[in-house]
Amino acid sequence: MRIQTSGLAKRYAARSVLHEINLTIPSGEFVAIVGASGSGKSTLLRMLAGLERPDTGSILMDGRPVRGLNRDARIMFQDARLLPWRRVIDNVALGLDRTARSRAIEALEKVGLTDRNRDWPAILSGGQRQRVALARALASNPRLLLLDEPLASLDALTRIEMQRLIENLWLEKGFSAVLVTHDCAEAVALADRILMLEHGTIAMEVQVPLPRPRDRGDRQFATLEGQVLHRILGNDESAAASESKLQLRIVRNAQ
Amino acid sequence: MPRHPDAEDRMPVLPVWLQGFGRRLAPWLMPALIVVAWQLLSEHGYLPARILPAPSAVIKAGIRLGRSGELFEHIRASTQRAAMGFLIGGAIGMGLGVLSGVSSLAENLLDSTVQMIRNIPHLALLPLVILWFGIDESAKIVLVSLGVFFPIYINTFHGIRNTDPNLMEMARVYGLRGFGLFRNVVFPGALPSIMVGVRYALGITWLTLIVAETIATTSGIGYLAMNAREFMQTDIVVLAILLYALLGKFCDSATRMLERRLLKWHPAYRSA
Repeated sequence: MRIQTSGLAKRYAARSVLHEINLTIPSGEFVAIVGASGSGKSTLLRMLAGLERPDTGSILMDGRPVRGLNRDARIMFQDARLLPWRRVIDNVALGLDRTARSRAIEALEKVGLTDRNRDWPAILSGGQRQRVALARALASNPRLLLLDEPLASLDALTRIEMQRLIENLWLEKGFSAVLVTHDCAEAVALADRILMLEHGTIAMEVQVPLPRPRDRGDRQFATLEGQVLHRILGNDESAAASESKLQLRIVRNAQ
Repeated sequence: MPRHPDAEDRMPVLPVWLQGFGRRLAPWLMPALIVVAWQLLSEHGYLPARILPAPSAVIKAGIRLGRSGELFEHIRASTQRAAMGFLIGGAIGMGLGVLSGVSSLAENLLDSTVQMIRNIPHLALLPLVILWFGIDESAKIVLVSLGVFFPIYINTFHGIRNTDPNLMEMARVYGLRGFGLFRNVVFPGALPSIMVGVRYALGITWLTLIVAETIATTSGIGYLAMNAREFMQTDIVVLAILLYALLGKFCDSATRMLERRLLKWHPAYRSA
């Protein structure tokens, strides 16, 4: 699904959260949005889901404007948000027709939790809960998957495992994906393109040309990660200096 | 927890099944001792039967009334009143609680009124209820309903208002709305709170009934007690008190079982 936003802006009271967001995501692309907390990245994601309304500007999905909830999109939140009173399989089938239950079973199989389908969410580990949440998101075959820091609270090993799972399912299904994260390694590992939000606007755009599956030990991987991190942490001048030193391909967002 | 150094050595002396048996029996030791002491004191004349009859006398009274069928007739009358009052008051309380919970318009219209009436002890309305409904069944059922209504209303309302907004948002993204949202998210989320209300309301049910039945009735456990008092039959009075205790305990256990069934997803209610 092709996403196009133009001139998106959002204010809360006097504070401008987002302004002049012009973004085009071709169908099937994996985009990561990074940025310091408060940079408006979650707000942007929620707008794509239709959970928040932009004050001005428009969002087009395959050329059609989004009004109200975006039915083609599913979100994975930072917390799994499973219904504690529904068994795993019923959580995955949430919002599906009765006839589509086989899709829930299939989705659970894809995340490797078939044997836990009759369990209550309370007895699952954090990583397993997020896998159930991923299965739930994919059971309805969304054309856009929105990921709002879904792996932030997992331990490092589980996180890498989950990243591989998400990447494989994305390669298999071909949906568009937008990942909000503060973990630069995660952005470099998963995304075709990394956008950096700063003060409510897209301050930097980096293509990630590394072949998949990506090797985290790879030097290019590390340099790219370090560079993105540097750009987020440093102010403009020091970042600009390091950019030239590292001689990395940085595309300023043409607006 | 620090353990006694030779706890390990002492443990294997008793076989495991006997240890479990002992642990289950321990809470009953104290009541059993009290009953034995009571019986002995009565038998040796330290406790006059006019003040407190011996436990054996109470049991005999129970058997006597049970044989004549009188006992079960009174239990039936009381239980029926309790059930009717509980169901009517509970249904209205839960209905209005849900309404106030999901609609802020309904909350605005209802809640402050309910909160005002709640501050009147419902037993204070007894004379008025007798004036309105006489001393027949409806008076007691109305009074029980009134007592049951408030805890169920308040806990339903709170349970629904405390629904996790994150889960609500998730459910909206997954396309749930209206009744589907209520059935899948709002109501199950409110259920632990509603069950607290149910248990509280059951306590009030029996309390209300005790008062209502002692004042104006011709049947029921309360009537049994008051009638016996007129003839100084302390054994029957004590029997009636015990019956109330047993019925209350029975209802509480039934609710616990219901909780374990309905809330088995909840870590706090999971039984071993």
